[in-house]
Amino acid sequence: MEVALRKEDNTMVVSVKGRMDAVSAADFEKILEDQLAAGETRFILDFNDLEYISSAGLQCILAAAKQLEPKQGQMALAALKGMVREVFEISGFSSIFPIYESVDAALADR
Amino acid sequence: MLRLKLSSGMGSLRSFVRFISDFAQSHNLSGKKVREVELAVEEAMVNIFYYAYPGKAGDVTLGCEMNDDGQLVIQIEDMGVPFDITSIPEPKLCADIRNRNVGGLGIFLIRKMVNEVHYRREGDRNILTLIVYPERRTCDGPDRSLLSSQQGRRV
Repeated sequence: MEVALRKEDNTMVVSVKGRMDAVSAADFEKILEDQLAAGETRFILDFNDLEYISSAGLQCILAAAKQLEPKQGQMALAALKGMVREVFEISGFSSIFPIYESVDAALADR
Repeated sequence: MLRLKLSSGMGSLRSFVRFISDFAQSHNLSGKKVREVELAVEEAMVNIFYYAYPGKAGDVTLGCEMNDDGQLVIQIEDMGVPFDITSIPEPKLCADIRNRNVGGLGIFLIRKMVNEVHYRREGDRNILTLIVYPERRTCDGPDRSLLSSQQGRRV
């Protein structure tokens, strides 16, 4: 799993590539924790190149979102593909988070 | 049945997933189905690592085969604490972030990714069997009989 961060105005775009399994989810959680600790409150998770996610990945995304809730923060997801999209839909996460076709669409809707 | 036996723990997770992935790919399951099978095996393994062998390591055996009906049969055995995942109720999939809990989501995903989930306790072993039916290759197209009667035509 590779993670790239870039700031677009007040929003942190987190692009994830590869596989987020129970091993790599811990690394992803650390990255999100560091950004939350640094005071970031608006996130777009770019999953265009994410090919696999398990419940461990969902768990860290939910944990971060719970921390954002009292800060009026926002977490949006963009470009979900294949099994990643399927897992979000089945688990009901599609109704928890705003989901966009692309990062550009998510940025345009801020 | 092809088998891989390793010690429990996250260090073994990717070897187990790669084993089932290679087997599924070698039997021509689609890329999507392979990912689903990988997910089911990952969730089952993580569950065993945490709950069958809490705070210690033990052996886990992953077995797989294609049966005569073209179904992928996955068998996972451990000698840990008895734990019947088929007895776990489905999680509440509420849409409210504050009240949403991910507990039980792994087991829920296993049930959704495969067609059958069976558990049995044999002596001191937990035996979990997951069965994946063959895919329908023409899910949106004409059925097989129609296809064969239209051979040579573009469908």
